[in-house]
Amino acid sequence: MGSRNIGSSVKRIEDPAILRGRGRFVDDIALPGMLEVAFVRSSEAHARIRGIDIAAAAGLPGVVAVLTFNDLGSSRMVQANPHPLLKQNITQYPLARHEVCYVGETIAMVVAENRYIAEDAAQLVAVDYEPLPAVIDVLEAAKPGAPRAHLDSPDNLVARIPWKFGDPDAAFAGADHVFRSRYTQHRGGCHSIECRGVVAIHDELSEQLTVYSSTQSQYLVQRFLAAYTGRPEAKIRVVAPDVGGGFGPKCAHYPEELALALAAPKLGRPLKWIEDRREHFIATTQTRDQVWDVEVAATRDGKVLALRGRGVHDHGAYVPYGLLLPLGSVVNYPGPYEIKSMDMAIDVVFTNAVPTSPIRGAGRPFANFILERSMDCVARNLKLDRAEVRRRNFIRSEQMPYSTGGKLPNGNPVMFDSGDYQACLDMALQASGYAGFGERRAEARTRGRLLGIGISSYNEDTGIAPHEGAHVRVFSSGKIVVTTGAGAIGQGMKTVLAQIVADELGANPADVQVEAGDTAAFPMGMSTAGSRNTVTAGSAAHLAARQVRDKALRFAAEAMEAHESDLEILEGAVRVKGIPDKHLPLAEIARRLMGFVNVPNPIGFTPGLDATAYHSPERPVYANGTNIAVVEIEPQTGHTRVVDYFVAHDCGRIINPVLVDGQIVGGVAHGISNVLFERMIYDRDSGQPQTTNYGEYLLLTAPDMPRMHLQHMETPSPWNPIGVKGAGEGGTIPCLATVVSAVEDALSDYGVTVNEYPLSPERIVELMEARRSANDRPG
Amino acid sequence: MTDKRTITLTVNGQRHTREVETRMHLADFLRRELRLTGTHLGCEHGVCGACTVLLDGEAVRSCILFAVQAHGCDVITTEGLAAPDGTFSVLQQAFWEKHGLQCGFCTPGMLTTLTAFLRETPDPTEEQVRDAISGNLCRCTGYATIVEAALSAARRLRGEG
Repeated sequence: MGSRNIGSSVKRIEDPAILRGRGRFVDDIALPGMLEVAFVRSSEAHARIRGIDIAAAAGLPGVVAVLTFNDLGSSRMVQANPHPLLKQNITQYPLARHEVCYVGETIAMVVAENRYIAEDAAQLVAVDYEPLPAVIDVLEAAKPGAPRAHLDSPDNLVARIPWKFGDPDAAFAGADHVFRSRYTQHRGGCHSIECRGVVAIHDELSEQLTVYSSTQSQYLVQRFLAAYTGRPEAKIRVVAPDVGGGFGPKCAHYPEELALALAAPKLGRPLKWIEDRREHFIATTQTRDQVWDVEVAATRDGKVLALRGRGVHDHGAYVPYGLLLPLGSVVNYPGPYEIKSMDMAIDVVFTNAVPTSPIRGAGRPFANFILERSMDCVARNLKLDRAEVRRRNFIRSEQMPYSTGGKLPNGNPVMFDSGDYQACLDMALQASGYAGFGERRAEARTRGRLLGIGISSYNEDTGIAPHEGAHVRVFSSGKIVVTTGAGAIGQGMKTVLAQIVADELGANPADVQVEAGDTAAFPMGMSTAGSRNTVTAGSAAHLAARQVRDKALRFAAEAMEAHESDLEILEGAVRVKGIPDKHLPLAEIARRLMGFVNVPNPIGFTPGLDATAYHSPERPVYANGTNIAVVEIEPQTGHTRVVDYFVAHDCGRIINPVLVDGQIVGGVAHGISNVLFERMIYDRDSGQPQTTNYGEYLLLTAPDMPRMHLQHMETPSPWNPIGVKGAGEGGTIPCLATVVSAVEDALSDYGVTVNEYPLSPERIVELMEARRSANDRPG
Repeated sequence: MTDKRTITLTVNGQRHTREVETRMHLADFLRRELRLTGTHLGCEHGVCGACTVLLDGEAVRSCILFAVQAHGCDVITTEGLAAPDGTFSVLQQAFWEKHGLQCGFCTPGMLTTLTAFLRETPDPTEEQVRDAISGNLCRCTGYATIVEAALSAARRLRGEG
């Protein structure tokens, strides 16, 4: 079967309903008798709760219940990602017990006839707090004797994560040069345009609990609800309806989800809670701060021998999601480079701020930033070209598959499957006019503008373990239905699976129906995270469709008394090649395999024209690429604009080019937004969040986007049947380092080194002036 | 707190009379009272633009407008953009063809904002399109395909293909 659909920009099957305003997002669900919920949240960063007075709230007409700790679960929530390095595995209670540890923590739950009344009543709940010292700054929190984010903790250390291989001590001892830098990184919050939301329904007759949640992890939510409540998983159905953006934070399992699931059976009516934007700022997981001190060992030729660093990671007030975010920021060393020794360790610490979890890139942007700034640092100090330093350090394509020296969590060696890193760099250099950039820079100077160019190369583990599955069935109507455990969160997964299945079964993608996101529709699934769906669910759909195809061919060969090798599947039927009249529609095969009353099944065939398959990758597959940015700075104001952005990208075989481009451009937008606009600010003393709306917290808007120039390479991965690699995060991961590299280049006259983001205009001016006054200082 | 008024307004060509709380915003009225859930709420403070509807032809944020303020007005929501027989508007079609949406949550606001914009500015530059949607936040697309879709729709509306 050729690939008519794979590789072509098929229009998305998801779009028509949404364009008509007929999407089904969680807030669109309205049920008879449904009540609405508002949460009372901590107004203190750290406090003991002396008492809660609910009388006034409970007495408000239209209020059905006001619930506090004693009314719901009395144990802490289930740890979503247990890890042996976790020293303090503290999760939240669904509603706080006697201590609150961040502004926004759930304290009470008001249930009312509608949201307006619920919010009125929430205002009337009086919480008596005894304020306690709070710690917000990540470096403060890591110090001995710092205020403790939790009263009962010995200190704020959640975990210490080492990442070591090779012989770093020998590498440093033998290095010609050692360079030291401090890197201060801050990524903001999630900011999917749809906030979170939950609808919980308990059916007394069937004892079935149904939870609709705007989640990336419906199966994990099901599993955690079962573990917490003791209700069998078969009696818990979790559905992710249309999800208005995920970006990572919707992978986590939240107190509100649990609180509604616990309260719905008690109250006997469906419950709905929709997060508002202010709540999103103070209750949805974020990524925030990481600070590193890093040393680079290099030869005089610019070959990097080792990195040694110590980092501190702001984990927020709880551990809702294990250590995935800080782990993601170390396990990706050495990136695309042949650096044989590594000693990077990070301390994960509690602060009295919103808990953190992965956001697009999931820690990898932090690591990429340090690697890429290190490459620039070597270039700057050794007076080498930045591209040349990368060239000297890349893992070469003939070294693939390449073992880095690191080990995966299961003990297997980290191995890169394929890719030509140098080729992507060359493509980006060429497209961006890197060699002749001096002319452009000079032209900008005549306009009073500072122009800079920046580079970042990266590779990225995608398609991460353990598995996703798909079931493909042809019905007697001829309709093909794919069900999968993987989630559709706006990335176009349904279209991608339809394309893959359509090619195996000679169909049109528009005629393939894809069902996703419902634990009742498919037995098992993991999470829509880590750029993994096309690799895992895509491969599974391919394998299942292949089995369906083989069965149809075998059946048709018998029925038409032909050799299988003489048959092909075209336009919904098995056909004898070259004899157009001789064919058997898939619909007819499906009908016969579905059977007839009191007629035995055809001998040698299991019932139904369907199959289920899983893809369980043993190890990730690695996408890669190089990004180049051109920024322009207005020196008087510090106003910084990315004017051109070049991407050379290799995510293996491309299923749908327009969708891949969409992922990359969207990922780059997220990265630029992180570097130039987003900062989640807390008052360092009181722990009060100070950016809780879109006037105070800026997101990138349409005029802020640069001209985008995209190029692709396709190096198929040998490690899955369709040769794909993930594309969801590759736009974001290198972007932060790219833009900062370009800013530093633009400020080269000032001799400024930039090892931080976000970079507001004020900060840019500050950096320039600090340098100016340092130069003015005598001696 | 529960002050109520009776309002009459036309939504997507249909006249509705309802008694509403004066504090109910227009987006909630459309979503809750009329069950027109195509209008989305992204921030409820007038910045993200997802809730944008056409009020007497002008793009307005329905989260910072009370329903009672729309009394006597003509409102078009995203559900009302296609032709009565369901045929997509030129802009909707362009969004589909140019991959102008990913999760689709900002889409209703983009469509309504651009519908009004293209009516006033039939031959826009790319920069003008970007400015027109500078009050609409999208976290998925990086805006590129939305701008492309708008420019493509403008060309088609002008009869240039």
